Amino acid sequence: MLLIPCPYCGPRPELEFRNAGHAHIARATAADDQGWAETLFYRDNPKGVIAERWRHFSGCGRFFNALRDTVSDGFLASYRVGEPRPAAPPPIPEGEAPRIGAGEEPRP
Amino acid sequence: MADPSIARTAPRADPPGAGALVSLGLVPPATRFSFRGDAAAADGCGRALGLALPRVACRSAEAGDRAVLWLGPDEWLVLAPEAETVPLFAAVEAALAGVPHALVDVSHRQVGFAVLGRLAPALLNAGCPLDLDLSAFPIGACTRTVLAKCDVVLWRRGPDAFRLEVNRSFADYLAGTLRVAERGLG
Repeated sequence: MLLIPCPYCGPRPELEFRNAGHAHIARATAADDQGWAETLFYRDNPKGVIAERWRHFSGCGRFFNALRDTVSDGFLASYRVGEPRPAAPPPIPEGEAPRIGAGEEPRP
Repeated sequence: MADPSIARTAPRADPPGAGALVSLGLVPPATRFSFRGDAAAADGCGRALGLALPRVACRSAEAGDRAVLWLGPDEWLVLAPEAETVPLFAAVEAALAGVPHALVDVSHRQVGFAVLGRLAPALLNAGCPLDLDLSAFPIGACTRTVLAKCDVVLWRRGPDAFRLEVNRSFADYLAGTLRVAERGLG
């Protein structure tokens, strides 16, 4: 089972957690349509490192932020709400990264 | 390839049908408070209770027949004998007059189970993904976690002794699940 590092409780099984979407979304200051669309709907959906909000639902109950690699599904860092996003670790060279779920498996 | 005869002839660690390996029972009715507040409120609550609230994640504090379980950075579960509900509630409220906090009597919201026996960790691991080895979950450790399909508070009282706190409406389901899992321990 995937272990997710909670900044309060330490590494815990993924069943205890709920994903809560992208982290660090700045709310639109101007009340125009484009600004609100950016706030509500526009997301990066990167292939690689993403900062997400998670909640330790069946644990301490706290929201926190985590860096996750969407290619390997590995958690790279987790940090409390209000703390700045840590620098992402350098990308793993092509060909060495685990490709689980990347949809890039060579076809026979 | 492993020799299949070895697996067949290896002695079993636990004889089948040994009833003392694990037992599941209800604990007597108790006083339960959900307490939430910052450090100042926690200090005041600790003074009223007569034991300091644990500040280390997933650890409990015990004094006499009272106990406080860490559930979150600002959340604790207070356990005490049933007869103390009213005086203890009043004592904490009096100690925290003017200090922002939340003290809720949840005595009847939850049911307590005692899981005892050498196979208690194995029984709980039938539905709980936590590592219950003594090195990872030592005596006195407590946490909210998942067990089968419900949220429980799990508290280790000894190497072979656990206490479960589960919401009352899930108690039947949980007891049934553990009874079924118990059969599989053989």
